[in-house]
This record gives sequence, C-alpha cells and structure tokens, in this order.
Amino acid sequence: MSGIADEAVAVGGTLRTARVAAVEAGVRRRRATVIVLRVLVGVAFIALWHVASGNWIDTLLISSPEAVGARLWRWTLDGTLWTNLSITLEATAFGFVIGCAVGFSLGLLFGRFQMMAEVFDPYITAIYSIPKIALAPLFIIWFGIGIESKIAVSAAIVFFVIFLNTYTGVREVNPLYVNTTRIMGGGEFAVMRYVIIPSAASWVITGLKVSVPYALVGTVIGEFMSSNSGIGFLISQATGLFNTASVFAGIIVLAVVGAIINTALKYLEAWVLRWRVA
Amino acid sequence: MTAGIAIRGVRKSYVARGSERLALDDVDLDIAPGEFVAFVGPSGCGKSTLMNMIAGILPVEEGSIVHDGRRVTGINRAVGYMTQQDAVLPWRSAQQNVELPLRLRGVARAQRQARVAEMLAAVGLGGFESAFPGELSGGMRKRVALAQLLAYDPGTLLMDEPFGALDAQLKLLMQEQLLRIWTARKQTVVFVTHDLAEAITLAQRVVVFSGRPGRIKQIETVALPVERDVFRVRFLPEFEAAYTRLWEALSPEIRRGEAA
Repeated sequence: MSGIADEAVAVGGTLRTARVAAVEAGVRRRRATVIVLRVLVGVAFIALWHVASGNWIDTLLISSPEAVGARLWRWTLDGTLWTNLSITLEATAFGFVIGCAVGFSLGLLFGRFQMMAEVFDPYITAIYSIPKIALAPLFIIWFGIGIESKIAVSAAIVFFVIFLNTYTGVREVNPLYVNTTRIMGGGEFAVMRYVIIPSAASWVITGLKVSVPYALVGTVIGEFMSSNSGIGFLISQATGLFNTASVFAGIIVLAVVGAIINTALKYLEAWVLRWRVA
Repeated sequence: MTAGIAIRGVRKSYVARGSERLALDDVDLDIAPGEFVAFVGPSGCGKSTLMNMIAGILPVEEGSIVHDGRRVTGINRAVGYMTQQDAVLPWRSAQQNVELPLRLRGVARAQRQARVAEMLAAVGLGGFESAFPGELSGGMRKRVALAQLLAYDPGTLLMDEPFGALDAQLKLLMQEQLLRIWTARKQTVVFVTHDLAEAITLAQRVVVFSGRPGRIKQIETVALPVERDVFRVRFLPEFEAAYTRLWEALSPEIRRGEAA
C-alpha cells in the first residue's frame, strides 16, 4: 500500500492530460448506464406485476400496481399517510436515540473496565440470544398500546447492536495509540476523546447501519401486535380486511423509508470515516 | 531542557504459560543530559523493554529509573516516544496530529497554529497539512511523527527502531534529519535499533545487550566527531573499527539466539 502511495506522491498528480479526461468520461458513461438500467428494471417489474395481476394470479393476492398507486395517492391526499408515518418514524427515532445513547455509554464503560465486562458477560450473552421481538408483548403490558411500547421495542433492538459494536471497538483500540497519547500529555478523558471514540467509530457506524432498519422493524412489529396508529397498524388492519392494495401500499412506504435512511447513513459513514483511504 | 537518565539494578521478568522468564537482569546505566545513546542486541534481549520502562509504559518493579531527577513511577510525560509502528492517529490530519500534544498540554490556539506550521515546514511537509496519514507515504508519516515530537520539544527522545520499516535511502535521509535536530536542540536520545551501522552513525555511545536474559555486555564510545555526515561517516576508519568491535560482541549473542 505505502509503496504505491510513495509512487503517486513522487509522480505528483496535477497534470490534466487528454487521458485524464478520457478516463473521467468513461467513469461518467458507466454511471449513467447503471442508472438507466436501474430504472428499466423497476419499470419491467411494475409491467410484469400489471400483466400478472388478474390474468395469471388472483388480484386478491397481489392486488395491482394501479390499485396500490391509487391507494397511496388517496392516503397522501387525506392525510392518512403522514399521520401514520409520522407516528412510526417518531417511535423509530426515539427508540433509536435511546438505544444508541445507552448502548454507546455502556459499551464504552464495559470496554474500559474489563473486570465488569467479564462479570456481566454470561448474562449479556443470554439476553442477547433472546429474539428481541419476544419482548414486544411484555413491553405492551408495561407501557400500554401507545407509542411508548414501540419505542421500547426498537430501543431494545438497537441497544444490543450498538452496545456490542462499541464494546468490540473499544477493545480493538491499538494500545500504542493510547500510550503515545498519554506520554504526549493526555489524561483519561483526552485518551477517550482523541483515541478511543474515534477508533471505535468505525465499529459504531457499522452498528448504526445495521440497527436503523432494525429500529424500524421493532416499531412496526410493536404496531402489528397492538396499536391504533402507525404504518404497522395500517398494514395489520388492511390484512384483517383482505385489503391487499393497502397492505402493499404500507409495505412500499416502509421500503422507501428504509432506503432513504440507509442512504443517509451511507453518507454519514463516508464523512465520519473519511480518513480511511480505500 | 535536556535530562539525564540513571538506571540502577533494573530487573524485569514476564510470567507466561506457567513459567517466569527473565527479560532484563540487573541493568545499570547512566545516560548524560544531551547524550545520544543507542541500544543494540538480539531480538528479545529486553532493549525495548528497558526503553518502555523509561517511558513509564511498563512498571519498574525491581531497581529504579530516575529521569531528569524524578523517579519514573508512571507514564513519563517528560519524554518524546517514537516507534517502528506508526503511532500517528489515522483519523487526524497531519496538522491535527502535530497539534495534539500542544492541545493536551494546554497551549493557546494562536500559538499552536504557528508552532504546527513551523514544525511541518521544518520536516518538509508544508502543503500536506490536511492530509490524513493513510494518504501519506511511510516516510512522510515518520516525518509527521517527528514534527509531533518536536512540537512540544521534550528534553528526552525515546526511539524504538523508528526508521526500521523504511527503505535504505529513506532511512539515511531520516537519520540526517534526526541528527540535525539533535545537534540544534541537544536532547537526550535513547535509540533502540538492530542495525549496527545505524547505531554507530547516530550515537555517541552504543550499548550492546546480551540475549535472554538481557544484560549489558559492552559499551562502545564512538570515536567520531559529534557533527557528522550520515552519508560519508561509514567510510571513515573509526567507523569500521567500531563496527568490527561491536560485531564481535554482538554476533555470538545473535548466534546463540538463533540456536535456542
């Protein structure tokens, strides 16, 4: 790695020749082709769905793109979409923030105090092996059918992912970085701030990427079990009525929200880990 | 600013896999303020262990080490520390790395910025201020580490094979830079290396350690002028004489280490 870097540095990178322009044009062309093909795949899928619906497969089972589109449009116009989506997003966001804050703090603490980590290890492993979904009924008993129980489910799921990733990240810190920072004059707090947290950041970011979709899953499952609003509620209510168009509409909303959140996290990761040279 | 080091009766053993292994046995050594001393010896002779004890990273359990009139009992903040493995923080730019010790020592922002710019220029890294270590070559990372040490100007430099991973030419350039800095600032330097030529080129005294357990076997005072040219010094007869004597002391230790 350093050999190639040495070469690049020695050669310098300021000459914009015709070849540079040609290479860049090639990269742009490829990117455009990918986008066009992506759109085509989506269009083909919807066309296939349209043809299949009512001809090959019963509309009751797969509805149809027109019906689902019409449903989404109506939900948007009459406010159903925003009312329910905002509740789901609110529960997801709160659960995510609480799970992250607690998981990150405990992860740092356990990472720094090895004894504590060893004492608690079997219990944490045991709790970790429980499917967190199984806790949802308990949370509904404790917190009721309102937003609090959904926050609790998503927080419980996010907590473990973030906690374990932070803990591992802290344990993986290169002791040389810690020692040199202390020799340069750093105390415990400085070591935490300048060495441990940035070093654990890549693990934490990976944890965040995994856990945001989980937070959404936790909320929606809580809503499935018992609630009176939210996207999960819309889907489960429509299922009871065999209203496939609404079920699909709800699923599409969740898919879009999940994709948006993941894209945002990808940018966050690129920024936080910008020091990592590919 | 510079500091002397007094090492008295230092022993160090490690316990591993149910047995105790003696790494350093009864080491006595005095290093004068402003002196450049090199430690050489076979792998596992405890030369790095001794250096880490001066830095306060490893506890001194038997014997004592007094640095600059103070007994070393914990992390020694009066030294600068540089190893073969890069210790510059990969998530901080060159500038931020050089600035870190100043920040940790509570230097005001305006002073910090001036000092960082000065130090980066001194090691020839002007223009690379905002580069992350991963974007720099191995030699440039070493120079960032050097600028970082010089930024807070410790009286003692502890260096554990700092240029070990560099190619031969780059190594010479770094040695020249280090000697220039030492000539100007006259820090006390402890320089651990396995390269005899490097030890003779740089140091005023070369300490040879025997292997397992580490003991001081021989101390050679290098009869070369303090102001030296790292590129030419190896062709002087004094260099050759020192090399021959040191190699005679060192080679049986290395052979013994290989046989064991």
